[in-house]
Amino acid sequence: MSWSSLIPATSFMPIQATEIAKEVDLLYAFLIIASLVSFVILIGGMTWFLIKFKRTSVDQKSAYITHNNFAEFLWSFIPLVIMMGIFYWGMVIFEKLRTPPEDVAAEIHVTAEQWAWTYRYANGKEFYSSANDPMIVPAGKATKLILTSKDVIHSFYVPAFRTKQDAVPGKLTQLWFEPKQPGEYIVFCTEYCGTKHSGMMIKIKAIPSEEYAAWYHAEKKGADSPADLGKVLFAQKACASCHSIDGSRVVGPTMKGLFGSERKFADGTKAKADENYLRESILVSSAKIVETYPAAMPLFQGQLSDEDVANLIEYIKSIK
Amino acid sequence: MSSAHTKTEHGHTDHNYLNHGSGIWSWMTTLDHKRIGLMYFATVSTLFLIGGFFALGIRLHLAKFGAEPLLDPDTYNKFMTFHGAIMVFMVIIPGIPAFLGNFVLPIQLGAKDVAFPRLNLASYYIFIAGAAIAASSMVFNQVDTGWTFYTPYSTAKTSNGVILLVLGAFTMGFSSILTGLNFIVTTHKLRAPGMTMDRIPLMIWALYSTSIIQILATPILAITLLLIGAEKTLGVGIFDPDLGGDPVLFQHFFWFYSHPAVYIMILPAMGVISELITAFSKKTIFGYRAIAYSSVAIAAVSFLVWGHHMFVSGQSTLAGIVFSIITMFVGVPTAIKLFNWISTMYRGTVTFEAPMLFALGFMFLFTIGGLTGVFLASTGMDVHFHDTYFVVAHFHYVMVGGTLMALMGGIFYWFPKMFGRMTSDLGGRISWVLIFTGFNVTFFPQFVLGAMGMPRRYFDYLPEYTNLNQISTVGSWLIGLGFLVGLITIIHGIFKGEKASDNPWGAKTLEWQTSSPPPHENFINTPTVTAGPYDFR
Repeated sequence: MSWSSLIPATSFMPIQATEIAKEVDLLYAFLIIASLVSFVILIGGMTWFLIKFKRTSVDQKSAYITHNNFAEFLWSFIPLVIMMGIFYWGMVIFEKLRTPPEDVAAEIHVTAEQWAWTYRYANGKEFYSSANDPMIVPAGKATKLILTSKDVIHSFYVPAFRTKQDAVPGKLTQLWFEPKQPGEYIVFCTEYCGTKHSGMMIKIKAIPSEEYAAWYHAEKKGADSPADLGKVLFAQKACASCHSIDGSRVVGPTMKGLFGSERKFADGTKAKADENYLRESILVSSAKIVETYPAAMPLFQGQLSDEDVANLIEYIKSIK
Repeated sequence: MSSAHTKTEHGHTDHNYLNHGSGIWSWMTTLDHKRIGLMYFATVSTLFLIGGFFALGIRLHLAKFGAEPLLDPDTYNKFMTFHGAIMVFMVIIPGIPAFLGNFVLPIQLGAKDVAFPRLNLASYYIFIAGAAIAASSMVFNQVDTGWTFYTPYSTAKTSNGVILLVLGAFTMGFSSILTGLNFIVTTHKLRAPGMTMDRIPLMIWALYSTSIIQILATPILAITLLLIGAEKTLGVGIFDPDLGGDPVLFQHFFWFYSHPAVYIMILPAMGVISELITAFSKKTIFGYRAIAYSSVAIAAVSFLVWGHHMFVSGQSTLAGIVFSIITMFVGVPTAIKLFNWISTMYRGTVTFEAPMLFALGFMFLFTIGGLTGVFLASTGMDVHFHDTYFVVAHFHYVMVGGTLMALMGGIFYWFPKMFGRMTSDLGGRISWVLIFTGFNVTFFPQFVLGAMGMPRRYFDYLPEYTNLNQISTVGSWLIGLGFLVGLITIIHGIFKGEKASDNPWGAKTLEWQTSSPPPHENFINTPTVTAGPYDFR
């Protein structure tokens, strides 16, 4: 829109590296204009009254005005309407920021710790930020991050993408972005995490998607992929005695097509089976019991490491 | 300008509350709300100087003027923590209610004292005890968590000093609760004959709303802080994920107090501003009921918006949306107040003594603080700004620009009543110019830094943020200088100021109908009230 270019303040924002960044900046420009107008009305009005009604003699009389219902209604109602509009606009952007698209080109498990990030790809490639490795992602395609933390809360903030998500220990959160162009983008930690909080920076390097595909498959895998490791663990822990992988009903629900499906629970609630749901169901199976199934699964809390859980989740995701 | 609507007699003797009993012991054991108010004044001012020292240290470090950093990262983090904890728990929260509120509330109601004078004195000593415990954490075992004590950093990854600081804040919470309780009972039971609830001054409405928040929300903080102590010493596992706890639960508990606490800080400031605007416009307040009820509305809504501190914490998208819409509702009563104050000036006869300048400064800074609050209340926008310098700038505009401007205005306004002397108006004006200018130079660039992406609580930053940080630091020294001038003006006023008349501003509320300074029990004869509090006809 043309009016937003009237606001030089948008230039204070970092580069717009995603489509959503543009939308955020449009709302930002609107908020700046609306604030300037409100400021001029309020403080301009105040200044005008101060000049016009300055006391000039000792015995000067003030008017006696106690209230005015119509004016008071207007200045309550109009701000309310404007603020509801801003709320709605912000909500639309928020939902886009929070909902990754169906087809994601890269999924990366990101683990924060004081004061570094580890990123692990689906095929087992793993990088550690203190070695100055950037996080490689495809340009022009969506990347989804699954975040967690080993110690305290950290937050993954990419100013150029206008997005941010806390990495919370004991929990999986997610973040997605789609950089339009190849380039390097800085990532800050924005949740205070101790001595080197301000030094916990990495770069995201977006490369053309063909290059990304070549890079992703080129080098020999450092290890088995998380899904492969998860498959081994699935066998070791005898998961198959209760959970089929071909869709048939055994003691517990099948793993086939589980990820992303809607689950109905014995207490009548529903949830979508995402990473966090799987994590919880593996560790504390009694938290949500799927409808028509018995609460038979043992707790694995304390028996599986975060990495084990992530591997199992990747394996379950692969059973389609 | 005379007390046409109130019937009082002035005490024309030299006997007043300041010389009613002498010696340090008579102060330390006093039950007089006015003396207790002044004791808070001295205490809070001292703590403010300490908190300000840390602020200047932080800013000086961030200016990067020297080749070597001024502070090392751990020292910086401690400075940041002490600055926040002192300013929030020991200056801004008790500042207006415990100091100005204690001094003014009973006189404005036409009462002899607060309802429970002994409890009032006890509240003061509990506050001192809490501040001493918190301060001991500075000496013995230093804390670097930030004033928000987020888990699991505070429980698992830092020194045990946290326990002392948390225990200090816990103790000061009792002082806050007891003061609030005292004010509520005083307001309900000790009003002068004829003073109905719609004739109490707006300062009282603000203190009353604040008191309700204090007694409802502070216990939540107390429990939360105890849980941190329990987690750290006993490992109960409420917040620790390794023990099945949830670190985000702490944030819910913490903000369930600390968001309403923002209004504990700002509502009393709004009360002061309501008094100043009407007194220096010589005109009755516009929309008395709207201002009074909007205080209560803000107090009520303040309990429902805590989740807006957690839009990126991993709470559900739906929760974020719900907290966003409720947060927007706070904007309405806030806008009502601003419009009413401005309308009060319309067709008034306005003068510009130092207290009025601070009130106008409040309006200017609070408007910017309020408007930028809308940016942060909007979910899609907040994701970018969350935990950046934009937030730092926003809450300093609201809490410091708002509360400290009102506090300074209130001090200069009620000073003649407190000490029976006037402050130098020139001194007050110079102080105002320095604080107001310095404040904008310090904090406005921080909005830009936030938009550029600079996160808060950073020991070090990218080169592109350097210039704005240096401007900000220069501004912080102007603020420091402004408060120094203010302090000198106040001390000069106490000892050398010219004698004040009983009602130097020609104001209408009851405290101006007794002598300056007032007698021990405020009024020689209990006043009778026959009209609203701002009847400038």
